[in-house]
Amino acid sequence: MVLSARKMSKQFGPRKVLRDVDLDLRGGEVHGLLGQNGSGKSTLVKILAGYHAPEPGAELEIGGQAVDLPLSAGDAVEHGLAVVHQDLALAPSLSILENLRIGRYQTKAGWRIPWRDEARRARAALSSFGLDVSPYKSVEDLREVERAIVAIVRALEQLEGVDEGALILDEPTAYLPRDGVEHLFAAIHEVTGRGFGVLLVTHRLEEVTALADRVTVLRNGARVATAEVSGLDEDGLVELIVGRALEELFPPAHHPESEVVLEVEDLQGSDLTAPFSLQVRRSEIVGLTGLVGTGYERALYMMAGAERASAGKLRLGGATHDAARLDPRRALAAGLALLPANRLVNGGAGEATLTENVTLPTLPSFVSKTRLQKAKERRATHALLRDFSVEPPNPDLPLASLSGGNQQKALMAKWFSTGPQALLMHEPTQGVDVGARRQLFRRIRDLAEEGTPVVMASAEYGELAQMCDRVFVFRDGRVVSVLSGNDLTEDRIVQQCLLDRGSAAA
Amino acid sequence: MIGVWIVMIIGFSIARPDTFATWGNVTTIASSQAVLVIVTLALLFPLAASEFDLSISGTLGLALVLVGWLNVVHEWAILPTIAVALAAGLIVGAVNAFFVVVIDVESIVVTLGTGTFLGGLALAINQTSIGGVSEDLVNAVQHPLLGIPALFYYGLALTLICWYVFSCTPFGRYLYFVGANRNVARLAGVRVARMRILVFLLSGFLSALAGVVLAGSLGAADPTISNSYLLPAFAAAFLGSSVIVPGRFNPIGSLIAVYFLVTGITGLELLGLSGWIEQIFYGTSLVLAVAISRLASRRRAS
Repeated sequence: MVLSARKMSKQFGPRKVLRDVDLDLRGGEVHGLLGQNGSGKSTLVKILAGYHAPEPGAELEIGGQAVDLPLSAGDAVEHGLAVVHQDLALAPSLSILENLRIGRYQTKAGWRIPWRDEARRARAALSSFGLDVSPYKSVEDLREVERAIVAIVRALEQLEGVDEGALILDEPTAYLPRDGVEHLFAAIHEVTGRGFGVLLVTHRLEEVTALADRVTVLRNGARVATAEVSGLDEDGLVELIVGRALEELFPPAHHPESEVVLEVEDLQGSDLTAPFSLQVRRSEIVGLTGLVGTGYERALYMMAGAERASAGKLRLGGATHDAARLDPRRALAAGLALLPANRLVNGGAGEATLTENVTLPTLPSFVSKTRLQKAKERRATHALLRDFSVEPPNPDLPLASLSGGNQQKALMAKWFSTGPQALLMHEPTQGVDVGARRQLFRRIRDLAEEGTPVVMASAEYGELAQMCDRVFVFRDGRVVSVLSGNDLTEDRIVQQCLLDRGSAAA
Repeated sequence: MIGVWIVMIIGFSIARPDTFATWGNVTTIASSQAVLVIVTLALLFPLAASEFDLSISGTLGLALVLVGWLNVVHEWAILPTIAVALAAGLIVGAVNAFFVVVIDVESIVVTLGTGTFLGGLALAINQTSIGGVSEDLVNAVQHPLLGIPALFYYGLALTLICWYVFSCTPFGRYLYFVGANRNVARLAGVRVARMRILVFLLSGFLSALAGVVLAGSLGAADPTISNSYLLPAFAAAFLGSSVIVPGRFNPIGSLIAVYFLVTGITGLELLGLSGWIEQIFYGTSLVLAVAISRLASRRRAS
């Protein structure tokens, strides 16, 4: 055992978020830690990383040595436990080398940093993880997956001299484009090959089945099971996670009508190398996808006026709008709702209450003369939260106090309440657990059934294949193919995204 | 904080019953701090929108000197004088807004510059203290009501108006979102640039108003006095954000904080600690106030 935790509990006020959880991590294994949002995964990781103190009674051994609790962040590393957080905690403007060496320069004669030696060591470390880049390159110039690998290399460097260490990867792939994931998998195998144990926290079940040896599943703060992955398939995992066999994740397919409701004509702007046009019919769900940076997300934000287009027209509900003059305010007035990615960055203010967040775009409807009718506002929000099964449906809680899936449901309620004539979404299921995901899909499909056209930009190819009627695949700033009908499968999307990649890069 | 305040009042009253616990002391505290209340309210608007305004004291000083110079030296009537002083505040706000919002320079840099500039400008207009400001203004400001000079009630009334704006109007809500997450506000259709311009106009106007009230309260215009308002206003605004609506800048909290701070200072001075205690107390309070509000919001977050 490289890590053995016993009776991990945590209570916030009256709320028990973690109850007597045990966890064993073997050397050389990838161990998946699964659970819905709010199941206690993050709390457990934060205790192991030294951010939270566990309740008394907990015990922790790292590398066979008993460790005093609570840990502080520095302690964990000393004992042979390193954590790579979801945001990676890299300084983007510094070079890879500087990032690897932050806080632990090996100095000669006390003060001079021997950069050349450092660079040589760094290059060797990187290339053993399949990353052949100059250590002087700055982190912001790297692709996301390369950054993730740099973060892993740095974590391992911190554990230098430890034989049987443990590495915790907290949702390392949540923000990664799909095409780079194999690189990360290879890097993770390299880590386990050195005898380290890897605890992989993730929402992506296909990663678990592909990569993990065993899983531990948490539900409502308690451990439900620890099992060998080989005996489980994705359905089995889902059942463990939600506690019952999940009904079909995706609602049944439907049929769009022929009338075009939303029309984009010759949209141009940064990252788009060719004018983009799109017609969305009544009840239709259209997907925009591609590798990250190919322009599909930009096109979505330009349609909502959140980013300035240089030219183009947008037609909705009989009115024509000049895309170059569109801003979020006009777009909203025109009947467009945009659910952006990155919940707490673009979606809502974490410390503001649910009411304040949900009613922000519709605030004028709660005003009589100059006065905000707060009781009415609160009632309306309460009804919306119930309607979208937000847990807990308490309109006075700060948004950030909810789990990720519930935050997303609340933000979806915010945009649905504007009564949109067209709904635009970017990564609507980012960091959302399976249960909430199903509810979100249901709501999106219902809205479409009522006639509203929906455009979703996403890199979740499997979801796009299930949810959409047509998918536009972008490469190098323009649409290279439109998939629909029998052609619309996850494999086809991946293939279209990656095709010609070598020649395009050259 | 209110608890600490009461303990402080009781403590000082026991220690100095003959000076601290007197009606005279209460009215002095109540009225002498009304100007600070108005400046703090001025500061709340930019702070709520996550902008700094370090030019509030410079604007106050400019308005103060303009009142003395126009009214006494140039013998203008008092109403046009006040109008010019308030307009000057709006102009300062517009200049700040231009550099911060249009040119996109950090507000802390812009207002540090304009504030310093205004301090110099006030001295350039008039180097020495001018006495003999219009009796009408002096009376309007100092006329006692229930034994307390009228300016105390002005501060109180303005606090209530600002409270209404902050917590009962859509403007207040938008202001909060512009400060809490500008991007979210923008995507929800809030006119973020317009809001940011408005907060500088408001802080310029209210700071100038504070200068006019100060002119009436002193009956004179002293170009050097304004600097003593900057730090206390920041201390009160941050300390005020830990009460009433914890974690948010709010007018009533600020009003309480102003009087909390001055109670402490007056008490300590009456105990025999002389003038230097004021700077030490305000300086310490500012840092502690911010630290406390950080800790409070961290506890809420977890």
